[in-house]
Amino acid sequence: MPDTQPPAYRRPAPATQPAYDSPAYGSTHLRHPKAPLLRMPHTLSEVTGPRMSQGAYPAEADMTRLPNGRVVMGERIIIGGRVLDEDGRPVPGAMLEVWQANAAGRYNHPRDTHDVPLDPDFTGRARVFADAEGRYSLTTIRPGAYPWRNHHNAWRPVHVHFSLFGAGFAQRLITQMYFPGDPLLALDPVFQATPDAAARDRLVAKFDLGLTVPEHALGYRFDIVLRGAAATPFEDAGHDDEGH
Amino acid sequence: MTAATAHQTAGPYWHLIDFPEWADLLRAGGPNEGIPGPRITLTGRITDGAGAAAPDAMVEIWQADAAGSYEPPFHGFGRCAADADGVFHFTTLRPGSVPGLGNASQAPHIVLAIFARGLMKHLVTRAYFAGEPRNAEDPLLAAAGPRAGTLIAKETAPGSWRLDIVLQGDGETVFLDV
Ligand SMILES: [Fe+3]
Repeated sequence: MPDTQPPAYRRPAPATQPAYDSPAYGSTHLRHPKAPLLRMPHTLSEVTGPRMSQGAYPAEADMTRLPNGRVVMGERIIIGGRVLDEDGRPVPGAMLEVWQANAAGRYNHPRDTHDVPLDPDFTGRARVFADAEGRYSLTTIRPGAYPWRNHHNAWRPVHVHFSLFGAGFAQRLITQMYFPGDPLLALDPVFQATPDAAARDRLVAKFDLGLTVPEHALGYRFDIVLRGAAATPFEDAGHDDEGH
Repeated sequence: MTAATAHQTAGPYWHLIDFPEWADLLRAGGPNEGIPGPRITLTGRITDGAGAAAPDAMVEIWQADAAGSYEPPFHGFGRCAADADGVFHFTTLRPGSVPGLGNASQAPHIVLAIFARGLMKHLVTRAYFAGEPRNAEDPLLAAAGPRAGTLIAKETAPGSWRLDIVLQGDGETVFLDV
Protein backbone atom coordinates (compact mmCIF):
# COMPACT_ATOMS: atom_id res chain seq x y z
CA MET A 1 0.00 0.00 0.00
CA PRO A 2 1.26 3.48 -0.75
CA ASP A 3 1.69 5.86 2.13
CA THR A 4 -1.60 7.73 2.45
CA GLN A 5 -0.03 10.75 4.16
CA PRO A 6 2.82 11.67 1.88
CA PRO A 7 5.21 14.53 2.59
CA ALA A 8 4.06 17.73 0.96
CA TYR A 9 6.32 20.00 -1.03
CA ARG A 10 7.35 23.37 0.29
CA ARG A 11 5.59 26.51 -0.92
CA PRO A 12 7.70 28.96 -2.96
CA ALA A 13 9.81 31.43 -1.05
CA PRO A 14 8.38 34.96 -1.46
CA ALA A 15 9.14 36.71 -4.78
CA THR A 16 11.21 33.84 -6.12
CA GLN A 17 8.65 32.85 -8.78
CA PRO A 18 7.15 34.97 -11.57
CA ALA A 19 3.47 35.92 -11.38
CA TYR A 20 1.02 34.59 -13.96
CA ASP A 21 -0.08 38.18 -14.46
CA SER A 22 3.13 39.73 -15.72
CA PRO A 23 1.89 42.77 -17.67
CA ALA A 24 5.16 43.59 -19.45
CA TYR A 25 4.94 40.19 -21.14
CA GLY A 26 2.01 40.76 -23.48
CA SER A 27 1.01 37.12 -23.96
CA THR A 28 0.09 36.89 -20.29
CA HIS A 29 -2.78 39.41 -20.69
CA LEU A 30 -5.40 36.95 -21.91
CA ARG A 31 -3.85 33.79 -20.54
CA HIS A 32 -3.44 34.38 -16.82
CA PRO A 33 -6.25 33.18 -14.56
CA LYS A 34 -8.17 35.99 -12.89
CA ALA A 35 -9.57 33.94 -10.03
CA PRO A 36 -7.20 33.04 -7.22
CA LEU A 37 -5.75 29.57 -7.60
CA LEU A 38 -7.33 27.00 -5.29
CA ARG A 39 -4.85 26.21 -2.55
CA MET A 40 -4.86 22.51 -1.79
CA PRO A 41 -2.88 20.16 0.42
CA HIS A 42 -0.65 17.79 -1.48
CA THR A 43 -1.92 14.26 -1.97
CA LEU A 44 -0.49 11.21 -3.68
CA SER A 45 -1.53 12.82 -6.96
CA GLU A 46 0.99 15.63 -6.40
CA VAL A 47 3.86 13.87 -4.63
CA THR A 48 4.05 10.95 -7.02
CA GLY A 49 5.24 11.44 -10.55
CA PRO A 50 6.34 9.55 -13.63
CA ARG A 51 9.59 7.63 -13.37
CA MET A 52 11.47 8.48 -16.50
CA SER A 53 13.83 5.63 -17.29
CA GLN A 54 16.49 5.79 -19.93
CA GLY A 55 15.07 2.62 -21.37
CA ALA A 56 11.82 4.34 -22.28
CA TYR A 57 13.32 7.82 -22.78
CA PRO A 58 16.73 7.42 -24.40
CA ALA A 59 19.33 10.03 -23.51
CA GLU A 60 20.76 12.30 -26.21
CA ALA A 61 23.46 14.40 -24.56
CA ASP A 62 25.11 15.95 -27.60
CA MET A 63 23.16 18.35 -29.83
CA THR A 64 26.19 19.17 -31.94
CA ARG A 65 26.66 15.87 -33.77
CA LEU A 66 24.07 15.13 -36.37
CA PRO A 67 23.12 11.62 -37.45
CA ASN A 68 24.75 12.27 -40.82
CA GLY A 69 28.09 12.90 -39.11
CA ARG A 70 28.11 16.65 -39.66
CA VAL A 71 28.90 18.98 -36.77
CA VAL A 72 26.45 21.84 -36.33
CA MET A 73 27.46 25.46 -36.87
CA GLY A 74 28.20 27.59 -33.84
CA GLU A 75 30.30 28.02 -30.74
CA ARG A 76 30.35 24.61 -29.07
CA ILE A 77 29.69 24.69 -25.33
CA ILE A 78 29.17 22.28 -22.49
CA ILE A 79 26.38 22.90 -19.99
CA GLY A 80 26.60 21.02 -16.74
CA GLY A 81 25.50 21.25 -13.16
CA ARG A 82 23.45 19.55 -10.51
CA VAL A 83 19.77 19.00 -9.91
CA LEU A 84 19.14 19.50 -6.21
CA ASP A 85 16.18 20.09 -3.97
CA GLU A 86 15.78 23.08 -1.67
CA ASP A 87 17.64 21.29 1.10
CA GLY A 88 20.60 20.68 -1.16
CA ARG A 89 19.88 17.00 -1.70
CA PRO A 90 20.52 15.58 -5.16
CA VAL A 91 17.53 14.53 -7.24
CA PRO A 92 18.95 11.37 -8.81
CA GLY A 93 17.29 10.22 -12.00
CA ALA A 94 15.73 13.60 -12.76
CA MET A 95 15.06 13.83 -16.48
CA LEU A 96 16.08 17.04 -18.24
CA GLU A 97 14.74 17.93 -21.66
CA VAL A 98 16.53 20.81 -23.30
CA TRP A 99 15.67 22.84 -26.40
CA GLN A 100 17.05 25.95 -28.03
CA ALA A 101 17.53 28.12 -31.10
CA ASN A 102 20.49 27.67 -33.40
CA ALA A 103 23.56 29.88 -33.40
CA ALA A 104 21.81 32.40 -35.64
CA GLY A 105 18.85 32.70 -33.26
CA ARG A 106 16.28 30.60 -35.08
CA TYR A 107 14.39 27.53 -33.88
CA ASN A 108 13.98 24.50 -36.09
CA HIS A 109 10.23 25.07 -35.82
CA PRO A 110 7.64 25.80 -38.51
CA ARG A 111 6.32 28.86 -36.69
CA ASP A 112 9.74 30.50 -36.39
CA THR A 113 10.10 32.76 -39.42
CA HIS A 114 13.02 34.89 -38.20
CA ASP A 115 15.00 35.94 -41.25
CA VAL A 116 18.29 34.19 -40.43
CA PRO A 117 19.55 30.82 -41.66
CA LEU A 118 18.38 27.48 -40.42
CA ASP A 119 21.23 25.09 -39.78
CA PRO A 120 20.10 22.07 -41.78
CA ASP A 121 19.23 19.03 -39.66
CA PHE A 122 19.99 20.78 -36.34
CA THR A 123 16.98 19.95 -34.20
CA GLY A 124 18.14 21.83 -31.11
CA ARG A 125 17.05 19.38 -28.46
CA ALA A 126 18.66 17.07 -25.94
CA ARG A 127 17.60 14.74 -23.15
CA VAL A 128 19.81 13.85 -20.20
CA PHE A 129 19.40 12.36 -16.73
CA ALA A 130 20.83 13.41 -13.39
CA ASP A 131 23.17 10.80 -11.85
CA ALA A 132 23.21 9.63 -8.24
CA GLU A 133 24.77 12.95 -7.13
CA GLY A 134 22.32 14.94 -9.24
CA ARG A 135 24.95 15.77 -11.87
CA TYR A 136 24.10 16.26 -15.53
CA SER A 137 26.00 17.43 -18.57
CA LEU A 138 25.24 18.09 -22.22
CA THR A 139 27.02 19.43 -25.28
CA THR A 140 25.46 22.04 -27.52
CA ILE A 141 26.18 25.31 -29.27
CA ARG A 142 25.61 28.73 -27.85
CA PRO A 143 22.27 29.86 -29.31
CA GLY A 144 21.70 33.28 -30.81
CA ALA A 145 19.46 36.07 -29.52
CA TYR A 146 16.26 36.50 -31.48
CA PRO A 147 13.60 39.15 -31.92
CA TRP A 148 10.03 38.72 -30.71
CA ARG A 149 7.07 40.98 -31.11
CA ASN A 150 6.31 41.68 -27.46
CA HIS A 151 7.12 45.36 -27.79
CA HIS A 152 9.06 47.65 -30.12
CA ASN A 153 12.59 46.36 -30.75
CA ALA A 154 12.12 43.39 -28.44
CA TRP A 155 14.89 40.75 -28.37
CA ARG A 156 15.08 37.69 -26.17
CA PRO A 157 18.38 37.34 -24.35
CA VAL A 158 20.37 34.27 -25.30
CA HIS A 159 18.74 31.34 -23.54
CA VAL A 160 18.30 27.59 -23.43
CA HIS A 161 14.96 26.05 -22.39
CA PHE A 162 15.05 23.37 -19.68
CA SER A 163 12.24 20.98 -18.71
CA LEU A 164 12.65 18.84 -15.58
CA PHE A 165 10.89 15.89 -14.02
CA GLY A 166 11.78 15.20 -10.39
CA ALA A 167 10.22 12.64 -8.07
CA GLY A 168 6.77 14.23 -7.69
CA PHE A 169 4.61 15.84 -10.35
CA ALA A 170 4.44 18.94 -8.11
CA GLN A 171 8.19 19.34 -8.75
CA ARG A 172 7.62 19.67 -12.50
CA LEU A 173 9.63 22.62 -13.79
CA ILE A 174 10.11 24.37 -17.10
CA THR A 175 12.61 27.21 -17.01
CA GLN A 176 15.21 28.98 -19.11
CA MET A 177 18.96 29.25 -18.66
CA TYR A 178 20.60 32.56 -19.56
CA PHE A 179 24.21 33.55 -20.18
CA PRO A 180 26.35 35.86 -18.04
CA GLY A 181 26.87 39.42 -19.17
CA ASP A 182 24.00 39.49 -21.65
CA PRO A 183 22.88 43.13 -22.04
CA LEU A 184 19.40 41.97 -23.03
CA LEU A 185 18.68 40.53 -19.57
CA ALA A 186 17.90 43.97 -18.16
CA LEU A 187 15.37 44.55 -20.95
CA ASP A 188 13.63 41.18 -21.01
CA PRO A 189 10.10 40.98 -19.53
CA VAL A 190 10.30 37.19 -19.15
CA PHE A 191 13.55 37.28 -17.17
CA GLN A 192 12.47 40.35 -15.22
CA ALA A 193 9.12 38.84 -14.24
CA THR A 194 10.71 37.16 -11.25
CA PRO A 195 10.78 39.88 -8.58
CA ASP A 196 13.66 38.61 -6.45
CA ALA A 197 17.03 39.62 -7.91
CA ALA A 198 18.86 36.64 -6.42
CA ALA A 199 16.27 34.26 -7.86
CA ARG A 200 16.74 35.87 -11.29
CA ASP A 201 20.49 35.60 -10.95
CA ARG A 202 20.21 31.85 -10.39
CA LEU A 203 18.75 31.58 -13.91
CA VAL A 204 22.05 32.87 -15.29
CA ALA A 205 24.66 30.18 -15.90
CA LYS A 206 28.21 30.74 -14.65
CA PHE A 207 31.22 30.39 -16.88
CA ASP A 208 33.15 27.46 -15.40
CA LEU A 209 36.77 26.79 -16.30
CA GLY A 210 36.46 23.41 -14.60
CA LEU A 211 33.74 22.35 -17.04
CA THR A 212 35.66 23.78 -19.98
CA VAL A 213 37.40 21.12 -22.04
CA PRO A 214 40.74 22.25 -23.51
CA GLU A 215 40.76 22.55 -27.30
CA HIS A 216 37.09 21.56 -27.35
CA ALA A 217 34.40 23.69 -25.69
CA LEU A 218 33.71 26.34 -23.06
CA GLY A 219 31.82 25.13 -20.00
CA TYR A 220 28.85 26.77 -18.30
CA ARG A 221 27.48 25.69 -14.96
CA PHE A 222 23.73 25.73 -14.38
CA ASP A 223 22.47 24.25 -11.13
CA ILE A 224 18.74 23.67 -10.91
CA VAL A 225 16.77 23.48 -7.67
CA LEU A 226 13.48 21.61 -7.43
CA ARG A 227 11.02 22.01 -4.58
CA GLY A 228 11.98 20.37 -1.31
CA ALA A 229 9.79 18.60 1.19
CA ALA A 230 7.78 20.61 3.69
CA ALA A 231 8.14 19.75 7.34
CA THR A 232 5.03 17.63 7.70
CA PRO A 233 2.10 16.51 5.61
CA PHE A 234 -0.50 19.28 5.25
CA GLU A 235 2.23 21.79 6.04
CA ASP A 236 2.48 24.87 3.87
CA ALA A 237 5.36 26.69 5.49
CA GLY A 238 8.95 25.92 4.64
CA HIS A 239 10.98 24.07 7.24
CA ASP A 240 13.75 21.57 7.04
CA ASP A 241 12.45 18.07 7.00
CA GLU A 242 14.71 15.44 8.47
CA GLY A 243 12.36 12.60 7.69
CA HIS A 244 12.43 12.59 3.89
CA MET B 1 19.06 26.33 1.66
CA THR B 2 18.33 27.62 -1.82
CA ALA B 3 14.85 28.47 -3.08
CA ALA B 4 13.56 26.49 -6.02
CA THR B 5 14.55 27.67 -9.49
CA ALA B 6 12.14 30.18 -11.02
CA HIS B 7 9.78 28.92 -13.68
CA GLN B 8 9.99 30.54 -17.13
CA THR B 9 7.48 30.24 -19.93
CA ALA B 10 7.75 27.27 -22.26
CA GLY B 11 7.24 29.77 -25.08
CA PRO B 12 5.85 29.02 -28.52
CA TYR B 13 8.57 26.63 -29.68
CA TRP B 14 8.39 23.89 -27.05
CA HIS B 15 7.39 21.45 -29.83
CA LEU B 16 11.05 20.60 -30.17
CA ILE B 17 10.32 18.30 -27.22
CA ASP B 18 6.99 17.12 -28.58
CA PHE B 19 6.71 13.41 -29.26
CA PRO B 20 3.15 13.02 -30.53
CA GLU B 21 2.99 9.33 -29.66
CA TRP B 22 3.16 10.23 -25.97
CA ALA B 23 -0.48 11.34 -26.16
CA ASP B 24 -1.48 7.68 -26.46
CA LEU B 25 -0.55 6.08 -23.16
CA LEU B 26 -1.71 2.68 -24.41
CA ARG B 27 0.22 2.69 -27.70
CA ALA B 28 1.75 -0.47 -29.08
CA GLY B 29 5.39 -0.57 -28.08
CA GLY B 30 4.80 1.99 -25.34
CA PRO B 31 5.30 1.54 -21.61
CA ASN B 32 1.71 0.42 -20.98
CA GLU B 33 1.20 -2.04 -23.77
CA GLY B 34 -1.03 -4.85 -22.54
CA ILE B 35 -1.92 -3.28 -19.17
CA PRO B 36 -5.56 -4.00 -18.36
CA GLY B 37 -8.24 -1.47 -17.62
CA PRO B 38 -11.03 0.50 -19.25
CA ARG B 39 -9.74 2.41 -22.24
CA ILE B 40 -10.88 6.02 -22.54
CA THR B 41 -10.05 9.15 -24.45
CA LEU B 42 -9.77 12.57 -22.83
CA THR B 43 -10.07 15.58 -25.06
CA GLY B 44 -10.66 19.28 -24.59
CA ARG B 45 -10.18 22.72 -26.05
CA ILE B 46 -8.05 25.39 -24.43
CA THR B 47 -9.23 28.98 -24.81
CA ASP B 48 -8.03 32.32 -23.50
CA GLY B 49 -9.80 35.31 -21.97
CA ALA B 50 -11.09 36.41 -25.38
CA GLY B 51 -12.42 32.96 -26.22
CA ALA B 52 -9.61 32.36 -28.71
CA ALA B 53 -7.95 28.98 -28.98
CA ALA B 54 -4.49 28.41 -27.53
CA PRO B 55 -2.96 26.46 -30.41
CA ASP B 56 0.57 26.59 -29.00
CA ALA B 57 -0.25 24.98 -25.65
CA MET B 58 1.20 21.76 -24.31
CA VAL B 59 -0.80 19.53 -21.97
CA GLU B 60 0.67 16.85 -19.75
CA ILE B 61 -1.26 14.34 -17.70
CA TRP B 62 -0.40 12.26 -14.65
CA GLN B 63 -2.77 9.63 -13.34
CA ALA B 64 -3.20 6.37 -11.48
CA ASP B 65 -4.04 3.02 -13.06
CA ALA B 66 -7.48 1.45 -13.08
CA ALA B 67 -6.95 0.17 -9.55
CA GLY B 68 -5.96 3.60 -8.27
CA SER B 69 -2.21 2.98 -8.03
CA TYR B 70 0.49 5.42 -9.13
CA GLU B 71 3.09 2.67 -8.93
CA PRO B 72 4.58 0.81 -11.88
CA PRO B 73 3.95 -1.06 -14.06
CA PHE B 74 1.43 1.55 -15.21
CA HIS B 75 3.18 4.69 -16.44
CA GLY B 76 0.45 7.29 -16.12
CA PHE B 77 2.20 10.09 -17.95
CA GLY B 78 1.30 11.64 -21.29
CA ARG B 79 2.00 14.80 -23.27
CA CYS B 80 -0.03 16.30 -26.09
CA ALA B 81 0.29 19.42 -28.21
CA ALA B 82 -2.85 21.45 -28.74
CA ASP B 83 -3.83 21.51 -32.40
CA ALA B 84 -4.67 24.58 -34.49
CA ASP B 85 -8.07 24.77 -32.72
CA GLY B 86 -6.52 24.50 -29.27
CA VAL B 87 -7.67 20.90 -28.86
CA PHE B 88 -5.74 18.18 -27.03
CA HIS B 89 -6.53 14.47 -27.15
CA PHE B 90 -5.23 11.64 -24.94
CA THR B 91 -5.86 7.92 -25.03
CA THR B 92 -5.46 6.30 -21.64
CA LEU B 93 -7.08 4.16 -18.94
CA ARG B 94 -9.87 5.37 -16.73
CA PRO B 95 -8.16 5.72 -13.36
CA GLY B 96 -9.44 4.28 -10.11
CA SER B 97 -9.94 6.28 -6.94
CA VAL B 98 -6.73 7.04 -5.07
CA PRO B 99 -6.01 7.58 -1.39
CA GLY B 100 -6.43 11.08 -0.03
CA LEU B 101 -5.19 12.53 3.21
CA GLY B 102 -5.98 10.83 6.48
CA ASN B 103 -8.75 8.33 5.91
CA ALA B 104 -10.21 10.18 2.95
CA SER B 105 -10.11 8.88 -0.57
CA GLN B 106 -10.18 10.90 -3.74
CA ALA B 107 -12.58 10.36 -6.59
CA PRO B 108 -10.99 9.11 -9.81
CA HIS B 109 -9.18 11.95 -11.56
CA ILE B 110 -6.42 12.84 -13.98
CA VAL B 111 -3.98 15.65 -13.16
CA LEU B 112 -3.45 18.10 -16.03
CA ALA B 113 -0.53 20.50 -16.41
CA ILE B 114 -0.86 23.22 -19.06
CA PHE B 115 2.18 24.97 -20.48
CA ALA B 116 2.13 27.73 -23.10
CA ARG B 117 3.49 31.00 -24.32
CA GLY B 118 2.06 33.56 -21.94
CA LEU B 119 2.08 31.18 -18.98
CA MET B 120 5.04 32.04 -16.79
CA LYS B 121 4.45 28.79 -14.89
CA HIS B 122 2.34 25.85 -15.95
CA LEU B 123 -1.24 25.72 -14.72
CA VAL B 124 -2.40 22.65 -12.85
CA THR B 125 -5.94 21.35 -12.80
CA ARG B 126 -7.76 18.01 -12.66
CA ALA B 127 -10.25 16.12 -14.77
CA TYR B 128 -12.89 14.21 -12.80
CA PHE B 129 -15.59 12.05 -14.40
CA ALA B 130 -19.25 13.07 -14.54
CA GLY B 131 -21.60 10.54 -13.01
CA GLU B 132 -18.94 9.08 -10.73
CA PRO B 133 -20.63 8.56 -7.34
CA ARG B 134 -17.38 9.14 -5.45
CA ASN B 135 -17.27 12.74 -6.71
CA ALA B 136 -19.69 13.58 -3.90
CA GLU B 137 -17.04 12.82 -1.28
CA ASP B 138 -14.01 14.25 -3.04
CA PRO B 139 -12.28 16.90 -0.88
CA LEU B 140 -11.01 18.95 -3.80
CA LEU B 141 -14.35 19.09 -5.60
CA ALA B 142 -15.91 20.19 -2.32
CA ALA B 143 -13.29 22.92 -1.93
CA ALA B 144 -13.93 24.15 -5.48
CA GLY B 145 -17.54 24.90 -4.49
CA PRO B 146 -19.76 26.38 -7.21
CA ARG B 147 -16.92 26.24 -9.78
CA ALA B 148 -16.34 22.50 -9.32
CA GLY B 149 -18.08 21.82 -12.62
CA THR B 150 -15.03 23.17 -14.46
CA LEU B 151 -13.15 20.12 -13.16
CA ILE B 152 -15.66 17.49 -14.30
CA ALA B 153 -15.29 15.93 -17.74
CA LYS B 154 -18.44 14.94 -19.64
CA GLU B 155 -18.87 11.67 -21.48
CA THR B 156 -19.70 12.59 -25.08
CA ALA B 157 -19.79 8.98 -26.32
CA PRO B 158 -19.06 5.74 -24.48
CA GLY B 159 -15.47 6.03 -23.25
CA SER B 160 -14.97 9.50 -24.78
CA TRP B 161 -14.53 12.24 -22.21
CA ARG B 162 -14.28 15.95 -22.77
CA LEU B 163 -13.06 18.73 -20.52
CA ASP B 164 -12.51 22.18 -21.97
CA ILE B 165 -10.01 24.48 -20.31
CA VAL B 166 -10.76 28.19 -19.95
CA LEU B 167 -7.63 30.07 -19.00
CA GLN B 168 -9.38 33.31 -18.04
CA GLY B 169 -12.77 34.95 -17.64
CA ASP B 170 -16.29 33.52 -17.87
CA GLY B 171 -16.26 29.85 -16.96
CA GLU B 172 -12.62 30.05 -15.95
CA THR B 173 -11.27 26.64 -15.01
CA VAL B 174 -10.39 26.10 -11.37
CA PHE B 175 -6.59 26.00 -11.31
CA LEU B 176 -4.75 24.58 -8.37
CA ASP B 177 -2.11 26.18 -6.22
CA VAL B 178 -0.12 23.01 -5.74
FE1 LIG C 1 13.09 30.62 -26.62
